[in-house]
Amino acid sequence: MLEVVFRHRFPGLALDVAFRTPGGVTALFGPSGCGKSTAINAIAGLLRPDQGRIALDGRVLFDGRTNLPPQARRIGCVFQDARLFPHMTVAANLRYPSRWRRGAARDFDRITGMLALEPLLHRRPGTLSGGERQRVAIGRALLSDPALLVMDEPLAALDEARKAEIMPWLERLRDEIRLPILYVSHSVPEVLRLATTVVLMRQGRVIHSGALTEILADPELAPQLGAREAGALIQARVEGREADGMVRVATAGGPMLLPDLDPAPGQVLRLRILAHEVILAREAPRGLSALNVLPVTVTRVEGGLVQLALGQGPQHERMLAQITPRSVKALELQQGTACHAIVKSVSVLPS
Amino acid sequence: MIPTDWLGPQEWQAVRLSLRVASVATLVSLPFAIAVAWLLARRRFPGHGLVSGIVHLPLILPPVVTGYLLLVTFGTQGPVGSLLKPLGIVFAFRWTGAALACGIMSFPLMVRAIRLGFEAVDPRLEQAAATLGAPRAWIFLTVTLPLIVPAILAGATLGFAKAMGEFGATITFVSNIPGQTQTLPSAIYALLQVPSGDAAALRLVLVSVVIAMAAVLVSEWLARRMAGRR
Repeated sequence: MLEVVFRHRFPGLALDVAFRTPGGVTALFGPSGCGKSTAINAIAGLLRPDQGRIALDGRVLFDGRTNLPPQARRIGCVFQDARLFPHMTVAANLRYPSRWRRGAARDFDRITGMLALEPLLHRRPGTLSGGERQRVAIGRALLSDPALLVMDEPLAALDEARKAEIMPWLERLRDEIRLPILYVSHSVPEVLRLATTVVLMRQGRVIHSGALTEILADPELAPQLGAREAGALIQARVEGREADGMVRVATAGGPMLLPDLDPAPGQVLRLRILAHEVILAREAPRGLSALNVLPVTVTRVEGGLVQLALGQGPQHERMLAQITPRSVKALELQQGTACHAIVKSVSVLPS
Repeated sequence: MIPTDWLGPQEWQAVRLSLRVASVATLVSLPFAIAVAWLLARRRFPGHGLVSGIVHLPLILPPVVTGYLLLVTFGTQGPVGSLLKPLGIVFAFRWTGAALACGIMSFPLMVRAIRLGFEAVDPRLEQAAATLGAPRAWIFLTVTLPLIVPAILAGATLGFAKAMGEFGATITFVSNIPGQTQTLPSAIYALLQVPSGDAAALRLVLVSVVIAMAAVLVSEWLARRMAGRR
């Protein structure tokens, strides 16, 4: 577990950062210039904060008295600009940490294999594409035998095609290596695909940290991700295929039907339901083209966003609907109101 | 065989002495130049400006003044010279003194070239190396130094060329003794003082031009090879 509390003043920006990560992939999310990079530099030991305490798995990295140098922190860093050594081959870059981090040398074949780096080993960084360079940088960081992997917008410098090329590698990393990852990003699609925990930053402060699903379904916090991005992420279990090809899945709020899908029965999917794709009705609607109508209960109303509970008891999940304040009034929506959520479209995220 | 009889023995002696003095001056002062360049490029400390000023002094002062200062410091009666004499190290009126004078005169040029190299190295590469566990000295040897090889070559070439041509400080400090301290420029100067020396002086001038050109070409070739390996 990573525990971070620190303050640091720059001309023009005062940082006051506090969060802890439970493991898995934690996204440090916020707009450019909000202090994300400063935070990771402080964690990696590349910047000495004015005051605070940073600890990793109970090991104090910084607390005013102690200030471990980057060499002693065992935090692998993947930077936006890769920072490969231009005068060394890919192989020499990958082996650079092995002299000092003995534990990593034995993983060389496994990690180069996992990231498909063998064909690149004899090349120089200058001859690699942006995506290849990031893959090498990820491999080099993993081969430094880290206790935590910090990735500072590793995809930001890449075009969409290169991002799509790297993303599956990051997912493999998350699922196969089981290393805690702190992933700095200002891209919602990346966060949705990779993260389980999100730390939201704004102007040098952490405004919230918690589970991704919780933030996505919080009418106050979700807009921080971007107005178009508010909406829930819920789980669904595949039940079977209907005669017309539609796939029936079970959710906390009842069965749903999904098109264009070829999953195995029993597979668990993550469904993304954007708030502006949800319509609310007080009575069960009839004669609708929309297939998915779920019974829900209003749990919160915040401006134009209504938070809904899907199902009851400990298994319940939350989702959001975006409606106008006029409709909130007309439907007399308030906490506890039972209504029906008409879901116009759903996207399925790989899980 | 290249004919060698077109230069007299004394002239050959001057050429050989100059090459030796310039090579020793360059090679011995290079590590110090790298250290000072690193200090000036990467460290901020009280007296930074003063160090920079002292390093540049030989560039700004008239060479005769530098030579005189060397004479009063490193001469047999001088404070440093008299300390070194019991150890068997004598600079005054020896070729080693010429090398010392040339080294000091070319030092600021070497430092300036190498300092630019240090400033061009992205410190974020060194940070990346630190996060990979490498100690600072190792980072310097394996990341920083290889990246500034072209700057070191440029500095060494410049220093060598300056040392080959150094005249004022050398002649003031160690005089103009054939076989001991008479370098190429001193020999040319001496030849120009006698009525029949013009032809020999011209030959030595040609030798100087060839050596200078060769130094530049070799250093550019080395720099290209280094760059090709990127």
